[in-house]
Amino acid sequence: MAVDTAFNMAPVATPFFFYMLSGIMLIGGILVITRKNPVHSALALITVLLAQAAIYLMLYAPFVAGVQIILYAGGIMVLFLFVIMLVNIDRAAKERTFNSQWLVGSVAAIALGGLFVAVYVKGGNIFPEHALSVIENDNTQKVATMLYGQYMFAFEIASLLLLVAIIGAVVMAKKRI
Amino acid sequence: MEAMLHISTLHYLVLGAALFLLGVIGVLTRRNVVIVLMSIELILNAVNLNLVAFSRLWGGVHGQIFAIFVITDAAAEAAVGLGILIAFFRNKETVNIDEVHLLKW
Repeated sequence: MAVDTAFNMAPVATPFFFYMLSGIMLIGGILVITRKNPVHSALALITVLLAQAAIYLMLYAPFVAGVQIILYAGGIMVLFLFVIMLVNIDRAAKERTFNSQWLVGSVAAIALGGLFVAVYVKGGNIFPEHALSVIENDNTQKVATMLYGQYMFAFEIASLLLLVAIIGAVVMAKKRI
Repeated sequence: MEAMLHISTLHYLVLGAALFLLGVIGVLTRRNVVIVLMSIELILNAVNLNLVAFSRLWGGVHGQIFAIFVITDAAAEAAVGLGILIAFFRNKETVNIDEVHLLKW
């Protein structure tokens, strides 16, 4: 079919897109953790999530990319923005940005970063270079087959988890129970 | 230079590790509780990136299904965490995380 062969092109300019998207993600991540205004942080986090959805597309996972955009950027971040508007941010803008344990926290994070660097420098060549596999266009079908077949139990447990989370969020935010 | 031009799995893992580090720094050093919750979302996204990168490496969609479940779990946790934040704000009139010090010695 002409429609099927039109989408099976070889990937083009992969390093450019990877470095551009990873630059967007890292700059957005730095903006999330350093902005004083939480609305700015939320907008930076939305940028990070959208760039991550594009990286999922580069990794040939279009269903996860769609779920990320719809659920994460379109659901969770909207919830965050609602709660930021509900909570009084005028007083938060006058307070200091970093908490009282910022030095210990930074040292611990740098130690963790050193650990990551050691792991990836020593063991970086353990991953095989995957050959350019067949470009498939039935990713959603495969995800659906696995999700409703092999991972059916986890799927049902996840729905139970969401029910418990709904009840918990309503009870937590109520004025009087 | 040409090792950097061919994007392998290690590139995605290093990007995931960098995002994880940014999230950890955000959780440990910020004063505003909402920013701490957003840094937790950064950490979860870094884990998702690792999962999907490995799913691409080894074929099959197991990593992607795990990532979908992680996104579901992040949604549930964000909802409950923000509910707790609202209760905390109603109690103390501030979103300063240094005010949560009752268990401190």
